[in-house]
Amino acid sequence: MSTAAAAHHDDHQHDHPYGIMRWLTTTNHKDIGTMYLTFSLIMFLVGGAMILAVRAELFQPGLQLIRPEFFNQLIGVHALVMIFAALMPAATGFANWMLPLQIGAPDMALPRLNNWGFWLLPPAAILLTLPFTLALFGIGDGAIATGWTFYAPLSVQGGIGVDFAIFAVHLLGISSVMGSINIIVTIFNMRAPGMTMMKLPLFAWGWLITAFLLIATIPVLAGAVTMLLTDRHFGTHFFDAAGGGDPILFQHLFWFFGHPEVYILLLPVWGFIPHIISAFSRKPVYGYKAQVYSFWAIGILSVVVWAHHFLTVGLPVPALLYFMYSTMSISLPLAVLFFCWIANMWKGSMSFETPMLFTTGWIILFGIGGLTGLVLADVAADAQYHHSYFVVAHFHYTLFAGGIMGIMAGVYYWLPKMTGHMYNETLGKLHFWLTAIAFNVTFIPQFFLGLAGMPRRIPDYALQFSEFNMISSIGAFILGLSQLIFVYNIVKCVRGGEKASGKVWEGAEGLEWTLPSPPPYHSFTEQPVVK
Amino acid sequence: MALKLIKKVGLGLMFALWSLAAHAEYSWNFPKPVTPMAADTLHVHNKFMVIIMVIFVVVLGIMIYSIINHRKSKGYKAATFTGPSTKAQVIWTLVPFAILLYIDFILMGIPAYHSVIMMEDTRNDAEMVVKVTGSQWRWQYEYMDGDAQGIKFVSNLTTPEDQIQNKAAKGENYLLEVDNELVLPVDKKVRILLTSNDVIHTWWVPAFGSARDAIPGFLRETWAKIEEPGTYRGQCKELCGKGHGFMPVVVKAVPEEEYKAWVAAKKQELATASAGADKEWSKDELMAHGKEVYAKNCAVCHQAEGQGLPPAFPGLAGSKIVNAPNFDADGKLMKDSHVDRVFNGIRVMPAWKGTLNDVDIAAVVTYERNSFGNNMGDLVQPAQIKALR
Repeated sequence: MSTAAAAHHDDHQHDHPYGIMRWLTTTNHKDIGTMYLTFSLIMFLVGGAMILAVRAELFQPGLQLIRPEFFNQLIGVHALVMIFAALMPAATGFANWMLPLQIGAPDMALPRLNNWGFWLLPPAAILLTLPFTLALFGIGDGAIATGWTFYAPLSVQGGIGVDFAIFAVHLLGISSVMGSINIIVTIFNMRAPGMTMMKLPLFAWGWLITAFLLIATIPVLAGAVTMLLTDRHFGTHFFDAAGGGDPILFQHLFWFFGHPEVYILLLPVWGFIPHIISAFSRKPVYGYKAQVYSFWAIGILSVVVWAHHFLTVGLPVPALLYFMYSTMSISLPLAVLFFCWIANMWKGSMSFETPMLFTTGWIILFGIGGLTGLVLADVAADAQYHHSYFVVAHFHYTLFAGGIMGIMAGVYYWLPKMTGHMYNETLGKLHFWLTAIAFNVTFIPQFFLGLAGMPRRIPDYALQFSEFNMISSIGAFILGLSQLIFVYNIVKCVRGGEKASGKVWEGAEGLEWTLPSPPPYHSFTEQPVVK
Repeated sequence: MALKLIKKVGLGLMFALWSLAAHAEYSWNFPKPVTPMAADTLHVHNKFMVIIMVIFVVVLGIMIYSIINHRKSKGYKAATFTGPSTKAQVIWTLVPFAILLYIDFILMGIPAYHSVIMMEDTRNDAEMVVKVTGSQWRWQYEYMDGDAQGIKFVSNLTTPEDQIQNKAAKGENYLLEVDNELVLPVDKKVRILLTSNDVIHTWWVPAFGSARDAIPGFLRETWAKIEEPGTYRGQCKELCGKGHGFMPVVVKAVPEEEYKAWVAAKKQELATASAGADKEWSKDELMAHGKEVYAKNCAVCHQAEGQGLPPAFPGLAGSKIVNAPNFDADGKLMKDSHVDRVFNGIRVMPAWKGTLNDVDIAAVVTYERNSFGNNMGDLVQPAQIKALR
């Protein structure tokens, strides 16, 4: 690579438009990855701002700041934004950036599809949030107010916000499916010589299963929301008992997508967490095969347990028992993963830079999410937990701690590789401690609120819930504001800073660390060989 | 430096929160159970919580041990193993797996099975049946058998708007108080049927350990055998629109004797009310009663002064529908008239014929036609509404 001819060759390949056209027309996996990650960060702040408005309202009993109608819109759009526009694009951004580097490919297999996949996201985000603005001009009554779950018949009754959300979900779904096809094709066809499937980095394995899950379940969601659209406007009665339909059918269809979606959000994170643990424990990945098989097991189980999201609708006893036991059985492969992560740390030579701090915190907090998930599977107790704040706390332990904090670990881990600069370690650590503490201050009280009987999605509450709500709101504001440190640290790191070496971390393993930081515009012009 | 700062801020925050929590009335667990199902649920829940806390502490302990000891800064040299290598190690890795299998399907699985069977056994030994109908945003109760058969009423939130808007001090049962509680006898297994008029609601009383969805067009069921007299409060817990936080469930459990007395009194009250439909009402009577009915049922959407919340909930002040005749020259109800809207509903507007009695509907229509600046001057008599049924 150091010969003049090779350098010239590289220069030729670096030829691309500059300015806005570079980003609009790019088919480069790193450019697209950067756009995904930037989009994700912006939407993370948007979704966060929405929920801070909600927490401000819930600071005290009584209605102070926002009307109940607007409250319902904020909680639903918060969830849709966080899931579809923050977490999923972050994972796709990492896949774009890192998969080709990790498997020794020059780029993704389908670069134009890649570009299109990204550019569907901004219009989708606009569709999702536009009704808020339209309402200010007296058009419609605001965004979707049904929660992110679209449950019929409430969604049939809703205003234009529901239609906007349906089309947004369609665009986001198409984007996800295209991204998934690209990832599957890339992993199957573009691995470096010698990289067999069982030598694939775990991140690639995690994403591969995510991609299959997306392709299997997004069409079901698309179908469900389209049926909803025709119920709303074209006189069909899929979800209307008066016309021979069934409102519960919608919940089955929605959660057939919705439960795998949980693992769609988590599997990419489970993929790169072992890389981080291994790097900072200076010890190879523990139980590689066991982790791959667990990914498969969880992927398969995730599509057969959906009804545990609505155990209170009055399912027959055999169905209740089936969904209870199948849900409990997910704890087995998940326990294997936890075992591997901790065994990976065991007898390592650990150091705790920001990525490792986030990873350690992530294991503990995601553990709480997993264990509370286990008790939620219990049908009888679920009658109490269901749709109470207990569930809200549970899924924030899995999706904020298990999802977003994992993504943050990934950002700190790979940011020096992407930018060529080290981030500010002190700020990184400050960000971690504030996030971890504020997160617990926000969500631990919500477990107790749920047990005491506070339903979720209510804009005002009875007096016995006051104290815990106040604590939770204080935590939420600290949590929200600490993310500004994260943003500042990233921006600073992109602009400059201490030069990062190619390997960056002492214990880092994998092909991406064999390239300089930042890697050349076209990653591997000569295929590396994996022994 | 940074660490010190965090510690300082963290401690300060902790103390602040502690002092806040010290004089708070909160609970750490489910409310005191008053039905066999709630007792069972609490028992199962406590057991599971202990199990998961033990798992958590053990796993966390191992991890913390490793974090403290296996550090680069302590000069610990990393091992290189990537999996169990000896037979003994393989067995050791299988032990946690086996423990988890035991916990999932035996320790937790078996009691969970019995709880499900108990929870779904709504019919055996059921001594009475009550039908609960959810609607936006109130509950209706109907007694289906026994002496109480035919008793039917609506249960509305009574918390004044001033308390919600922070213009008045909040009462003890803020948001958890209603005008008509569901009255049930203690120590009797009550089979509870659930359905809905509009969207999905969930009828939930935490002290009963039961929550079941009320689904439009379908009947679902659950049961309660209340073992202690008292008033029990819960809420709707399925997002059902803007009033979701404002439709509490209040059940008053009383001894058998008291229940019988209540049934007799309620029957008398309902008979008087329906007799009222046959008499001729004066405008003042209708206006006074209509105002009450409006405040309870209509003001949540159409607002106290009839201004509505357009576009979803149109205003009544100056409304074309309100300011138009109800009956044609032959005394027949006109389509899309004011009475037609109230009686039969349209889209989000409920069909009030299922909820309100003849007097209520006649009174509220009369009230709306002669309030908020509307000045139709005409009366609707309960008899006219009765004739529509």
